[in-house]
Amino acid sequence: METSILFIQLLNGLQLGILLFLLSAGLTLTFGIMDFVNLAHGALYMLGAFFCATLTLYTGSFILAVLLAIPLTALAGFILEKLVVQHLYDRDHLDHVLATFGLILCIDTMVHIIWGPEGMAIPLPDFLNSQVELLPGIVFPTFRLLIIAIGLIAAAGLYILVNHTRLGMLIRAGASNRTMVGALGVDIRTLFSGVFALGAALAGLAGMLIAPITEASIGMGSDIIITTFVVIIIGGVGSMKGAFLAALIIGLIDTFGRSFLDDIFKLVMSSEAAETAAPAVSAMLIYILMAVILAFRPQGLFPPLTR
Amino acid sequence: MNPALKNTSTAWLSVVMVVLLAAVPYVLYVSGNTFWLDIFTRLVILAIAACGLNLILGLGGLVSFGHAAYIGIGAYAVGIPAYHETYGGLDAIASYNGFVHLGLALLTSAVFAFITGVISLRTRGVNFIMITMAFGQMMFYAIVSLETYGGDDGLTIDLRSELPLINLDSPLSLYGLCYVSLLVIVFFTYRIRHSRFGLTLQGAKSNEERMNAIGVNCYKYQLTAFVLSGVVCGYAGFLLGNFTTFISPEMMDWTRSGEIMFMVILGGAATLWGPVIGAIIFIVLEFVLSEYTVYWHLPFGLLLIFSVLFLRGGVTGALHRLGKPAVRSQS
Amino acid sequence: MTSPILEVHNLCKSFGGVVATDNVNLQVTEGEIHALIGPNGAGKTTLISQLSGLLTPDSGSIFFQGNDITGLPPYRFSQAGLARSFQITSVFQELSLQDNVALAVQAHAGHAFRFWRNARKDQALQKPALDYLSRVGLADRADWLASEVSHGERRQLEIAMALATDPVLLLLDEPMAGMGKDESAELIDILNRLRGTKTLLLIEHDMDAVFALADRISVLVYGKVIASGTPAEIKSDTRVRNAYLGEDDN
Repeated sequence: METSILFIQLLNGLQLGILLFLLSAGLTLTFGIMDFVNLAHGALYMLGAFFCATLTLYTGSFILAVLLAIPLTALAGFILEKLVVQHLYDRDHLDHVLATFGLILCIDTMVHIIWGPEGMAIPLPDFLNSQVELLPGIVFPTFRLLIIAIGLIAAAGLYILVNHTRLGMLIRAGASNRTMVGALGVDIRTLFSGVFALGAALAGLAGMLIAPITEASIGMGSDIIITTFVVIIIGGVGSMKGAFLAALIIGLIDTFGRSFLDDIFKLVMSSEAAETAAPAVSAMLIYILMAVILAFRPQGLFPPLTR
Repeated sequence: MNPALKNTSTAWLSVVMVVLLAAVPYVLYVSGNTFWLDIFTRLVILAIAACGLNLILGLGGLVSFGHAAYIGIGAYAVGIPAYHETYGGLDAIASYNGFVHLGLALLTSAVFAFITGVISLRTRGVNFIMITMAFGQMMFYAIVSLETYGGDDGLTIDLRSELPLINLDSPLSLYGLCYVSLLVIVFFTYRIRHSRFGLTLQGAKSNEERMNAIGVNCYKYQLTAFVLSGVVCGYAGFLLGNFTTFISPEMMDWTRSGEIMFMVILGGAATLWGPVIGAIIFIVLEFVLSEYTVYWHLPFGLLLIFSVLFLRGGVTGALHRLGKPAVRSQS
Repeated sequence: MTSPILEVHNLCKSFGGVVATDNVNLQVTEGEIHALIGPNGAGKTTLISQLSGLLTPDSGSIFFQGNDITGLPPYRFSQAGLARSFQITSVFQELSLQDNVALAVQAHAGHAFRFWRNARKDQALQKPALDYLSRVGLADRADWLASEVSHGERRQLEIAMALATDPVLLLLDEPMAGMGKDESAELIDILNRLRGTKTLLLIEHDMDAVFALADRISVLVYGKVIASGTPAEIKSDTRVRNAYLGEDDN
């Protein structure tokens, strides 16, 4: 019994980690290549979820909705980049933060106006809304397995992008300067728009994958963006490899903290005290982890070479 | 701008502010518009918080995105002791005494700022922004998880802090306390700005490598400023708790930090009255826009984007530029 | 001329396979003006950065006044009495010239945990600040912002700031870079007046300036010191002529 719970929580942690990776990958791209801090990344995650919810409603197929919503979120990212973000690359980080904070307010309110204050649930097709028996006595929701699979595929794609393309060279070098991008002989403005749209699509995909479990809601982006930041900080800002590993670490630690911390605490304190302390500590666990890691490595676990 | 001219204009602005913030709410209150006094109280409390943030953001040039946490700490430093005095438990801090609340608010803010500052100030730029944000959110989740104090639903403060001479239940006295506090804090930031400490901070903001080259270790000065800044915001939280008498984790959400930052930047960071002007603009916008539409965040967000794109140096900066003579010619 | 004030032993530094400082040995004697010359990319700035603590060498040691200061943080180098100016001018652009120098005076005076007294009316700061400004001929610009003065004046400001930390040894990274003839002449004059009171180690491309100022010269090529000696010795050194002067000058 004990080991089966452990195994299931391991998969849950993995699934959360994969989701966090999809989000932090987009941020890493925009930060690594354009040196741009995007607080509104969470808003794109939310947009992805709402696009998918509406499309599922109209098409009747979740799969089809995802396939349509990905380019749609990318387009939203592309438009945002053209309208606002593009004019901010030369500015300092404070301006990035303020303007994208303004974007969050706008996007949240627009979603409120268009979709209403209520969240939207996304029904899953039957073949996904089921459970599989992974090992004798251990069942796990099919859809969560799918999330893990899709996330790993995306990670593999990004691995190829980072390690085997010229664009990836920039990311690996942690290069955020235009001369180097220019030296590649590509049109910088188009490249930057494209990268931003790709990041948006990844965030949107994460939103679409989580929405059938939690439903699409306003504010879902603001909650997760900070956790994503913790991932990026721990991994080393601008590092794709760091983002991947840190996402998995955070996913696992958060999940295990929430499920097992009270049992662990009960070993050393009264059960009453444990029940008060455990939720507080588990809520702060990833931040404490971040603090400890930063105390020893201010640049995170895998900082890019030049930063 | 000519330094002498700038000094006189700052002096005039100070007179206007001091008179305006005292006279307008008083007149409105006496003539029966009690609602307006509430608006002014909130305004002044937010202005105090903005002044606090400005110590690190404007003077030190460090973009801290977690300052709502200190407001929350200050507010819960009123709520938690009062809760235990009413319902029992935690005898060590259970009290209605304002000095207990205040001491707890300032001390906890200082300790939290010190611990998080020690870690986050070792980084710069985008790392610093995200780390301060994360620490702020940590506080948010910590309060959310404390079911005893209402968790997500918040906590009602049944009795305000008891202070000698001042009765915080009287709206006018409470406003008076906030008003005097603001003036003291503005004056205090004015002195700091022109002190050796302030000069050092401005040097570090301008060119940290150069500060190192002349033999200054900026870290300890920045950490001191960070703690001072947190303590001022904690104090604002103490006032806010006594003002609203209802506190919830929502007041320390990271978007609240964004709003305080908006005030500092829009009003003009690194100017004496900038944060106060920013708080006034924020309150006016919130009030006016929410009169017209429940979706007031949309025009508000657009305004924020436009002000970043087109209005550099905040409103104060833009005004200064208007009155600024052409760049000095080389003689 | 007495004992060496700065001694560098077997200093090495490389960046991802590129050797920028290759087993450098260098001695600077108290009171002299020592010039470090070499072609572009010879690793002069990398060397100066290690001597001012901004870069940590891979191996080797730096002794200053007999103390091993290798690996200390940069502000400790300055506190020990080494001041530097930067190749790319580095001043506090948003502050007045007087504030720039006052900061350096204050840095030398010790801690700045004074929160109340107005530093701009503090004679203990402002009087020496003005004094250093007039030493480099900038007294009449004292209340200008550093961003408002000319490039040459900013270089002079840098030297005033370096002097204000009351250093034993001044490290100057191409102080004449980007200056006109008149400005250079003025700066040479300012530096000449420091002779005997301060020890100077200077990197310079302008050979006229080097031969006008230096008591001794060291030549750095591809990260190695290939020669050290008086200007006359250096001029007649065949290795130097082949490696450097020959191809560059005439």
